[in-house]
Amino acid sequence: MLLYSKLKEKEKILNNDLITENWWVSPLLVLLGLLSFVAYSTWAAWQGEHFWWSAGNEGFGGYLSPFYSPTVYIDPSKSGVPPMNHALLGTWPEWLWWLPGQSPAWLILIFPLSFRFTCYYYRKAYYRAFSLNPPACAVTPIKGIPSKVSDITNNKIKIFNSGKRYDGEAGLLILQNIHRYAMYFAVIFIFILSYDAFLAFFNNGKFGIGVGTVILTINPILLGCYTFGCHSIRHLIGGNLDCYSCSLYKDKVNHNSWKIVTFLNRRHQLFAWLSLIWVGLSDVYVRLVSMGIVNDINTWGI
Amino acid sequence: MKERDFKIYRGDNERGELVNYKCKVTEGMVVLDVIHRIQADKANDLACRWNCKAGKCGSCSIEINGKPRLACMTRMNEFNEEEKIVITPLKSFPVLKDIVSDVSWNYEQNKKIIPFSPSKKDKEKDFVMMQKDVDRVQHFRKCIECYLCQNMCHVLRDNEGKEKFSGPRYMTRLASLEMHPMDKADRIADIKDVHGSGMCNITRCCTEVCPEEIQITDDAIIPLKERVIDRFYDPIMIFFRKIFGKN
Amino acid sequence: MGNIIMLDISDIRRLKFDVLVIGAGGAGLSAAIAASQEKGIKVGLVCKSLLGKAHTVMAEGGMAAALGNVDDRDDWKIHFRDTMRGGKMLNNWKMAEIHAKDAPARVRELEHWGAVFDRTKNGLINQRNFGGHRYPRLAHVGDRTGLEMIRTLQDHGIHQGIDIHMECTALDITKDKSDRVSGIVCMYRETGEFIIFETKSLIFATGGAGKSWEVTSNSWEYTGDGYGMAYEAGAELIDMEFNQFHPTGMVWPPSVKGILVTEGVRGEGGIMKNSEGKRFMFDYIPEKFANETADTEEEAARWLKGDKDARRPPELLTRDVVARAINTEVKAGRGSEHGGAYLDIATQRNSEDIKKKLPSMYHQFKVLAELDITKQAMEVGPTCHYFMGGIKVDAETSMTTVEGLFACGEAAGGMHGANRLGGNSLSDLLVFGNLSGKKAVEYSKGLKSYPKINDEDIKHIIKKATSILNREKGNNPYIIHEDLQKNMQYNVGIIRTKKEITDGINTIDDLKSQFENVKAPGSSQFNPGWHEALALRNLLISSEAVSKSALLREESRGAHTREDFPDERKEWLKYNIINKKGKNGKMETIKQNRNEPDPELKRIANSAIEELDNEVKKDHNKLTSEV
Repeated sequence: MLLYSKLKEKEKILNNDLITENWWVSPLLVLLGLLSFVAYSTWAAWQGEHFWWSAGNEGFGGYLSPFYSPTVYIDPSKSGVPPMNHALLGTWPEWLWWLPGQSPAWLILIFPLSFRFTCYYYRKAYYRAFSLNPPACAVTPIKGIPSKVSDITNNKIKIFNSGKRYDGEAGLLILQNIHRYAMYFAVIFIFILSYDAFLAFFNNGKFGIGVGTVILTINPILLGCYTFGCHSIRHLIGGNLDCYSCSLYKDKVNHNSWKIVTFLNRRHQLFAWLSLIWVGLSDVYVRLVSMGIVNDINTWGI
Repeated sequence: MKERDFKIYRGDNERGELVNYKCKVTEGMVVLDVIHRIQADKANDLACRWNCKAGKCGSCSIEINGKPRLACMTRMNEFNEEEKIVITPLKSFPVLKDIVSDVSWNYEQNKKIIPFSPSKKDKEKDFVMMQKDVDRVQHFRKCIECYLCQNMCHVLRDNEGKEKFSGPRYMTRLASLEMHPMDKADRIADIKDVHGSGMCNITRCCTEVCPEEIQITDDAIIPLKERVIDRFYDPIMIFFRKIFGKN
Repeated sequence: MGNIIMLDISDIRRLKFDVLVIGAGGAGLSAAIAASQEKGIKVGLVCKSLLGKAHTVMAEGGMAAALGNVDDRDDWKIHFRDTMRGGKMLNNWKMAEIHAKDAPARVRELEHWGAVFDRTKNGLINQRNFGGHRYPRLAHVGDRTGLEMIRTLQDHGIHQGIDIHMECTALDITKDKSDRVSGIVCMYRETGEFIIFETKSLIFATGGAGKSWEVTSNSWEYTGDGYGMAYEAGAELIDMEFNQFHPTGMVWPPSVKGILVTEGVRGEGGIMKNSEGKRFMFDYIPEKFANETADTEEEAARWLKGDKDARRPPELLTRDVVARAINTEVKAGRGSEHGGAYLDIATQRNSEDIKKKLPSMYHQFKVLAELDITKQAMEVGPTCHYFMGGIKVDAETSMTTVEGLFACGEAAGGMHGANRLGGNSLSDLLVFGNLSGKKAVEYSKGLKSYPKINDEDIKHIIKKATSILNREKGNNPYIIHEDLQKNMQYNVGIIRTKKEITDGINTIDDLKSQFENVKAPGSSQFNPGWHEALALRNLLISSEAVSKSALLREESRGAHTREDFPDERKEWLKYNIINKKGKNGKMETIKQNRNEPDPELKRIANSAIEELDNEVKKDHNKLTSEV
């Protein structure tokens, strides 16, 4: 058995000082990007109001923020919420008193959040930007910061990154393997948000188009490009097969769909960011219109 | 062209230092040429491993300014005129001498992999495999075994994971076997337990460093992880398999 | 270990094998795998670099085997005829026959071991066209066939119980009293530690000696170790004057000069142009091939599209013809900017196709020459590529003239005659690797006990190696090597004359005496200077054999071109040239009469192609009707 223990002199020389490029730029940008989204979405979810706009009309149609879709419970006492006929399960229930801001967004966001948290792209992003292990390729992990999430959840914050405690998908991180279940929900959400986009073409039962319509239509498209480029879908739809041409059906169906998913999968990072930004933007837009700060330009003339 | 400054690691795994060398750089030179020139003119005994000098054999893996590279495929004109170039051995493996590393650990990993196993019946005649069925496998087989991915992988590089993880190179090899239309062996349990697919947390540095541009993470490691999930982590799949048998 | 004063060899590690293979390229691995299939036979494998890095990875185009997957008119007989004609009838008849007959089985075997070749529409192994091959015959994987081959053999081989010793240099063979091979002394490059392998039989798969030239596609490993050691042990070297210069090596920038540009570029439609933009190969079609070569660009284009009636483009003539044509163009002042010719595929194929069919060429030029081959023409020139000659072996057993010593692959000579067809090398490695492995086993099983190694021999070998380190001062091995390369390049290059060759031989003599006093500074651990010096002896022996044979062969045939004897001369077809160590310790170069071939083989090789095509058709029909 060879000895792999690193020895001092070599270790001293082979350190991050050798690297001449600005390796910290990209993790820093990712860090800032993700943090600002988390900050905004937490704030937005906390509000529990101003996620709907239909200019006060109760008929079919209106703009709904994706953060609050589907409308599980509606608290009609709040402003900027859809009419009660949109509520799937009625009014806000007593037993959910503990949810901050009495906001249904918490119940919804957990799904996209789990999808993105276990996503094979985001794992790169947050392992590099948050756990700094490694912060960038060939860069030695930076010490003094917990090396993995389980350190925090297991109350082991005291054990800082020594470079020796890394053990991959162990402990709570084994949950990263539920990605495909998160994906199933994410796919359901694509349909829900597509319905919302459809809804956005109407106001009080009347067809029309507004800036919000466009924004809410692009939203499920980008989310679709992100979701249908998912590695788990790519696996389930044909990646799990070794031979396509062995059966005519597999050849036609699986190989073709695998190729389409592969096309999107190659752009997974791009769509991950675009869809993330767009979801946030959609909420901002609906919120501003609902609050009356921005006037939606539309064909309804309202 | 002008004379430029280089620092090269001289020493072994125990002791070593960065030694300054000067070398004239002419048009079209790659870092390996610089090493050879220094070797011939100034340091006859400077150890350096190389072979084809065309990026096909994967022998001359070193680190240049802290980044793993192939010396023969790194052109000098990609560095600024004034930039000092530091040449060091692979960080993840023991140094044998100067910039030559002991990569025998990798060969040990390869031995643990169940080899290609077609059925006896298939071997009796010509294999019939369509191009589209072997596209994925051929993509993996572009690997030149330079071990840059093994060196880059933080599990092996910084987190002492050599006992638990075979590394991206062998994930790629396992994928090339698992996805081979004629292969009949079952390596899924091995991938999880022997080769430690769970150790990879998808930091994607292996893909970034690969000189053959193999999509190691997206095409090899993640699909293998998904196959492991089918077998071990997906309750519905496990349930269905229990009831309906293997498929 | 650096300073051995009292040489005590009892400390040196010894290992025993039934079959020991030196060299782990395609041939060595094949031989080791073949030998290891026999139960109870202990097989060892020694290689100079890491396993899987041998020069076979550089082979690009493919391996020739008459599978008939793309064109069912192909047959071993046509492959055999192509090989003989490519080799200007100087090939060892029997070897060429074995090769053509056995190649398809070996390719299939490789596939069963896990190689993944490009496929035809029907899902069979795809085959491509290559210079000198009448039908599409080369099983390939894009332009990285050699990598596929060595990786397959490597991954298969590590599970066969072969004892592999990496980065280990073989120094010299030992023989017992009755002149049989008894072992070999080697040195681990990493530590400088010596090791003695006692073995019943020894297989040399050590490749050629391309590093004797300045412009070469070969890596540092190609120092003719097998030639040198076998020669010292008394084996005969055959056909050493035939050194193939591959027509297309990179010429710019200087640091990559010589690196191979695959013949696949021409196989996929690439054309050769001079500085005037003229497609010059039409002017260089030899009479012998005139019937089988297109004479207009229009016909060549039709052929490329798959028209079975059209004849092949002249770019796909044999390598010696194309290399000489480029040489002539450059000498006439019509060369490219940096002294080569233009190889253009950009105007012939669309960029998608080029990237798909020639990915590593695209990559190689992009990185090393900053040139996009989908848009610009490449600059190429001849580069030393392959030794047709080598250690003389018996066709049916691969045994050399030394009992117990076998040779295969490029290290062995005879199979390719005066010129090797592209793609015949990889199949040669498999066919004769396999054959020598099996025959070595047979031989070893016939020996009841291990032949005895004489301790004095070991001491002598080790002393010779360590004296290079121990000398107070002496000549720089790098400089001797550089001088040798320059000498071979200018005096014994593509075009040779009596005067130049004589100068070359004199220079080699001079370099040999300088070598007597070579000195490498530093310790014995991973010391490139020392390794260089150790290889020098073999390089010098190889170069001497090449030069002396080149001087003796007074004709131009295949890859051997004498300006003073510009034509093939029939009487020379009778002889092979043999080099061996004489009784006085000096190299003897003699003409040796060739054996009369089997009449049937002679008939096949000499029959007209239409005739043979018809014959094959009948054969195939008979076969299908029997089934």
